[in-house]
Amino acid sequence: MLNIQDLHAKVEDKEILKGLNLNIKAGEVHAIMGPNGSGKSTLANVLAGKNGYEVTKGSVEYDGKDLLELAPEERAWAGVFLAFQYPVEIPGVNNVYLLKAAVNAIRKNRGEQELDAVEFLSLVKEKMKLVKMKEDLLNRSVNEGFSGGEKKRNEIFQMAVLEPKLAILDETDSGLDIDALKIVSEGVNSLRNEERSIILVTHYQRLLDYIKPDYVHVLSNGKIIKSGGPELALELEEKGYDWIVETEAA
Amino acid sequence: MSQENMNNNIQHYLNDFEQLGDNIKSDWFSEQRQSALSLFKESGFPSSRQENWKYTDTRPIAKKEFLHSSDTSVSISSDQIDAVRFQGLDCYELVFINGIYSIDHSRIQGLPENIVIENMAAALAKDSELLEKHLARYADNKVSPFTALNTAFIQHGTYINVPKNTAIDKPINILYLSKNNDQPFASHPRNLIVMGEQSEATLIESYIGIDDANYFTNAVTEVSLSASAILKHYKIQQESLNAYHIGNLNVMQGKDSRFESNSISLGGSLVRNDIHGHLAAEGASIVMNGLYMTDNKQHIDNHTRVDHLKPNTYSTETYRGVLNGKSRAVFNGKVVVHPQAQKIEAHQNNANLLLSDDAEIDTKPELEIYADDVKCSHGATVGQLDQDMLFYLRSRAIDEETAKSLLTYAFADEVLKDISFAPVKNRLEYLIVGRLPDAALIREFTNE
Ligand SMILES: Nc1ncnc2c1ncn2[C@@H]1O[C@H](COP(=O)(O)OP(=O)(O)OP(=O)(O)O)[C@@H](O)[C@H]1O
Ligand SMILES: [Mg+2]
Repeated sequence: MLNIQDLHAKVEDKEILKGLNLNIKAGEVHAIMGPNGSGKSTLANVLAGKNGYEVTKGSVEYDGKDLLELAPEERAWAGVFLAFQYPVEIPGVNNVYLLKAAVNAIRKNRGEQELDAVEFLSLVKEKMKLVKMKEDLLNRSVNEGFSGGEKKRNEIFQMAVLEPKLAILDETDSGLDIDALKIVSEGVNSLRNEERSIILVTHYQRLLDYIKPDYVHVLSNGKIIKSGGPELALELEEKGYDWIVETEAA
Repeated sequence: MSQENMNNNIQHYLNDFEQLGDNIKSDWFSEQRQSALSLFKESGFPSSRQENWKYTDTRPIAKKEFLHSSDTSVSISSDQIDAVRFQGLDCYELVFINGIYSIDHSRIQGLPENIVIENMAAALAKDSELLEKHLARYADNKVSPFTALNTAFIQHGTYINVPKNTAIDKPINILYLSKNNDQPFASHPRNLIVMGEQSEATLIESYIGIDDANYFTNAVTEVSLSASAILKHYKIQQESLNAYHIGNLNVMQGKDSRFESNSISLGGSLVRNDIHGHLAAEGASIVMNGLYMTDNKQHIDNHTRVDHLKPNTYSTETYRGVLNGKSRAVFNGKVVVHPQAQKIEAHQNNANLLLSDDAEIDTKPELEIYADDVKCSHGATVGQLDQDMLFYLRSRAIDEETAKSLLTYAFADEVLKDISFAPVKNRLEYLIVGRLPDAALIREFTNE
């Protein structure tokens, strides 16, 4: 479903990704961990198509397509979803209208019937329950004045409504209180199925207690330097990153 | 430009002045008109060498021979007028066609007896001490030749008098509609609003061009607010893209009075709006909101000035601009705090969104402060659409064009957020959305 090979990417002339390889099959959950500044968000942004990231080498194949050829919205139509580490506030753009436009843009581009107001509302109601989203957040401007945790929850709520094929969750757990972490995790788990792949970027092993990954990778200095099963996360929790980085360098 | 040339350019105005019917006998008024004409004759149109007109070249207006609009046979169908009305707004309404009052289309029936709303020509015919006391006392003919020209041609326009302790039950809507006639024409609408103590009203002035009509609107509005009077004022400028519009709004404010201005400028080829507030007694406050949207080769200039003449007076100004194509806009906000005006507050902000590389904005706050105990702030920004917001929307499946439109809309709509009349707000949002590429989808977002 997603095959990243030897990916090199630059931001403002600085090379951040330096030959990254990652292969994700449909239905798998991959956790990516790694030190601050190692390139995790950069990878997420490159996958979602953000301007300003120049891919200098390598390829990303998604669902049989060259992902890097597609505009950000085309990626969304094709089922890619990025839950941002720092969701931006957009004053004056209504949260729920954005969501409706998003749902229908995706449906339209897939040749499906667009949802009418009633159908959309019932979808929204259902997903709100799933992540215990507060109703008043729906009718506010996108993320405007939301607390840190509310922003994160809004991202997961959007994901639940848009039902992507590939979801990239960039530190969605950071800033969530314990209850919220549980709810969000349950939401993510309920969306797990054999067709949907998930990339979880996180710093904390705790998230992985709730969402069991199939694989754990360590991203350091622009490369995946170690991969393993869930037990790798426990090891990292205990020992930090230095031991791997050192082993690698040796 | 030589003096001779200048005179040639204005000769037809002088001729038209001679042709004005002299059915108004009162001396004070004849003197007003005559002296205004002399001023205009002397100065001609302003030149861009004058600081106040530095960024706005009025030669395109001076060069064209706009004849005074006096053709009463021009008609606009009711359907066309309905199309520009505020849907669902219960209001008193005056309609002018090419500057001339249309009794047929106006609706001022049922007006409470103590309130006057009428065509300026009718008010002049009746004459009154009140009219004499207020007309041409606030808009200074010496400050702008356009104001002098307007004063020389005072005839049609709106006269409103709301007496003491009276609130008008409905907003007053004035439609100045212009459509092509045999030749390019000039109209000089003149409005006077006299608000008694503790009175309250809402007034909407709309200037609307039908099709690509070719004309020059030179409007002046004077407002006098007695103690504790409140006037909410909307000016919606939607002249045709071939039209020239010069508008001057002057407000004299008494104790604890409040004036709220909302100026929305969307149309016109060359436009200049001046607003001048005189906070002449303690407790007076003025709020000025503005939005200008320009495209192609439009030029829209907004000049505002507030004089804090007395202590404890307040002014707040928020203007936003959206510029596209090769258009140009000017914002100049002047605040003068006079020596005795302690403990005043004056806040000003101007934010601009440049959607094209060829668009240009000149923005300038001007503070002249002669008192020491004051709270003043000002800020101006010029920027492009926020890339992070754009990416966020696109990552949520919104195509690039729509995302840009949405963000532009959100930026402009901020100015409208406090408008309390839903029909007015709805129409303005409709007009703004109409300026964006993806109108249909954006409308859904506004349809709250
Ligand atoms: N626009 C940019 N301009 C310059 N440098 C950038 C830019 N974006 C990212 N970087 C740099 O790229 C490196 C990787 O950043 P990235 O955000 O991908 O790290 P991360 O692994 O997500 O870190 P964290 O765990 O703190 O979120 C950092 O050194 C960062 O400063
Ligand atoms: Mg990051």
